[in-house]
Amino acid sequence: MQALLHQLLSGLANGAIYASVALALVMIFKATHQVNFAQGELAMCATYVASSLIQAGVPYWAAFALTVAISFVAGVVIERAVMRQFQHASVLTQVIVFIGFLILFNSLAGWIFGPTLRSFPSPFDPHAWYGSTYLSPHEVGMIGVTLIVLSIVFVFFRYTRLGLAMRAAAENPQSSRLVGIRVGWMLALGWGLASVLGAVAGMMAAPIVSLEPNMMSGVILYGFAAALLGGIDNPWGAPIGGFLVGMLENLAGAYLVGSTLKLALALFVIVGVLVLRPSGLFGRTVVVRV
Amino acid sequence: MTALLELRGVDAAYGAVSVLRGVALEVEDGGMVALLGANGAGKTTTLRAICQMAVKTRGEIRFAGERIDRLATEAIVRRGIGHVPEGRGTFASLSVEDNLRLGAYLRRDPADRGGRRVADDTERMFGYFPVLRDRLHQQAGTLSGGEQQMLAIARALMARPRLLLLDEPSFGLAPIIVQDIFAILRVINREQRTSILIVEQNARLALALVDRVYLLETGRVVTSGPPQQIAADAAVRRAYLGQ
Amino acid sequence: MMRAPLGLAAVLAAAIVLPFLVSGFHAFQLTQLVVYAIAILGLNLLTGFSGQISLGNGAFYALGAYVAAALIVHAGVPYWLAPPLAGAVCFVAGYLFGLPAARLEGLYLALATFALAVVMPQLLKLDALARWTGGSQGVLLDKPRSPWPAVIDDDRWLYLFCLAVAVAMFAAAWNLVRGRTGRALIALRDHPIAAGAMGIDIASYKATAFGVSSMYTGVAGALGAIIVGFISPDSFTFVLSIQFLVGGVVGGIASIGGTLFGAGFIELVPNLAKHLSDDAPGVIYGVLLIVCMKLMPGGLAGLVRSARRGFAGPAVPHTRS
Repeated sequence: MQALLHQLLSGLANGAIYASVALALVMIFKATHQVNFAQGELAMCATYVASSLIQAGVPYWAAFALTVAISFVAGVVIERAVMRQFQHASVLTQVIVFIGFLILFNSLAGWIFGPTLRSFPSPFDPHAWYGSTYLSPHEVGMIGVTLIVLSIVFVFFRYTRLGLAMRAAAENPQSSRLVGIRVGWMLALGWGLASVLGAVAGMMAAPIVSLEPNMMSGVILYGFAAALLGGIDNPWGAPIGGFLVGMLENLAGAYLVGSTLKLALALFVIVGVLVLRPSGLFGRTVVVRV
Repeated sequence: MTALLELRGVDAAYGAVSVLRGVALEVEDGGMVALLGANGAGKTTTLRAICQMAVKTRGEIRFAGERIDRLATEAIVRRGIGHVPEGRGTFASLSVEDNLRLGAYLRRDPADRGGRRVADDTERMFGYFPVLRDRLHQQAGTLSGGEQQMLAIARALMARPRLLLLDEPSFGLAPIIVQDIFAILRVINREQRTSILIVEQNARLALALVDRVYLLETGRVVTSGPPQQIAADAAVRRAYLGQ
Repeated sequence: MMRAPLGLAAVLAAAIVLPFLVSGFHAFQLTQLVVYAIAILGLNLLTGFSGQISLGNGAFYALGAYVAAALIVHAGVPYWLAPPLAGAVCFVAGYLFGLPAARLEGLYLALATFALAVVMPQLLKLDALARWTGGSQGVLLDKPRSPWPAVIDDDRWLYLFCLAVAVAMFAAAWNLVRGRTGRALIALRDHPIAAGAMGIDIASYKATAFGVSSMYTGVAGALGAIIVGFISPDSFTFVLSIQFLVGGVVGGIASIGGTLFGAGFIELVPNLAKHLSDDAPGVIYGVLLIVCMKLMPGGLAGLVRSARRGFAGPAVPHTRS
């Protein structure tokens, strides 16, 4: 029983990372109807930036804040400079563009920062009071930081004028223009926020998986699966999907098939769910008026 | 005196398909104008051209003397034009309250402490359309057609536009609701001096409301004048009033 | 793409002659290109013509390769019989996958197919199946010999063999697309609701499309195994599936002719990138992909089509290009 609880809670901790990535994907999807497959690589690059800052002597939380700011700007720039060029392109064309970004950033990181593993510090003291047999202090910290960030994002969207404008722009760009919203900049803002979420996920994951260019390739897959599980158009569903996937992965690995096949099993379960509920657990079935 | 809205020699096209040819149109400050015509005549395209929505235009469009035909939709709206589009265009998944808030998106009066003027305006909307207060926290998409139309108009009015464009506000609505809506339009024109340009297929109703009519046929203005004159025209009566 | 028979004959003649004009290694590269073209054709039939996006074609390529290897090594099947048999197995596998997958659309289907691609190498490494798959160590195949060693050497014989298979499969695809099945698939892609209303059994057609696509990819996989002579689970990661998609889109996703260009792209451009930059080939490849999509969003086929239209004058816009 104790072991099961440990697996579940530890899964929750991993799930925190998937939740952040899933929300980032859903945010961009809601605004642009595109899935940013390169989100993981952007997060990895942000984590490298943080690592370099820390190695240069910048204290952890200052580096954290600076990385967040840089990621935000990078996201906005990428949307305005590049993605905007493809806003009317077909789905497949956009997918290839994202694949291009994925390969580009992966290679860029390897080139600038070198392919060898780097360790990444955790800001949470390994002997802190909130650690236990079930969860290490870092895992508790991961869940805590993720919940704080998610809460800030939700408050922003729900209670601020800008958040409302972004929701409107995502839902109905035409009508948004008619009330004076600059839809293009709303999209850029969405990208900026998504990049921030990715960066946070990367910085939380790095102490556990170690920093290297392929660090996020498994994570993006789980994040994507989690986003779909929650319903790709549902921002509430994404974090729930993330936590569920985290727990599922751990249970599969510990009790069913061992770590080589846990990815396979987790995906199998998710796809099975999707076949039964094609729009995800909380997604809205799209009714297309003919 | 220059009119509030002027179109001169306006051509409009969607890609390679030309829809408007040499359209000339004027709306006086404080006036009410109707744009009539059959399906496909180009009425909606005219409103879209004014707001530069998904249509390429040639020719001049002036609002309060300033050329707006090269501006983006958001910029045109900022200058005081409200547009209630075909199909209402409400934010279906957002609440009625959020829809109204969005209508007031551009209002950042520094003199307006605590958004009181916006709150007053919201009250005024409830005065015109009481049903919106009842449905304040409901999702806009769950409202009936008539209620959504009211919401769409209220949202456009929240920005206190100088000119209000309406695209077929009577479409798909019960006659009694349409009468209410038109009555409100008369009120806001009188009380707020909001100029109105209305596109309608329901010629009878529009003729009773406005002080000037333009008739559009396959992208051209074929006749214009006061409603009595247009209604008396035998050809118009045959084609549009079924007489 | 409509091609005058003369043009087609010229291309075919060039294709036959080319490997004799270049070195043995380049002949091998050409052979690989032809094999990839068949695989990409399979993807085009699925994604371009029936509108079902697939990120998992690599899995069927792997399946074809391993079935062929098992037949050749364990059952003594001659090499020229292995590809059609592998194709048949892949058709069935694809159809069975396609039946439940027919319920999924767009992104959800992309995830399901991607899951397949990710899982395949792991399945291939399983100890339980090692007797047939060779586990992590893979399988070695003997390279087929030319029947007339005096006239033509092994490499070029293999090339001609693969070319013959490719020509046959391209011709079959051409017919398929123009026939009743093809029209049904296109109707399905563009107007699924209307297609259903016309009595087309959507699930059955979608599953069939999957089956056909997998068959093509499986045949390609079998050929790939034969020409390389060695297969292992790590040769078939999800990267392969992504490459096929890239090849398909770059050539023009609903174009049969574009597949050759796409195959050439995924075969040669990564090498080019490595040439230009040893440390960061991915940067060049990634940038190239993005630029490519900006300049030719419809792939090469799209470019050719708009060039043609440019000469002919403005036409009625298509609902789908």
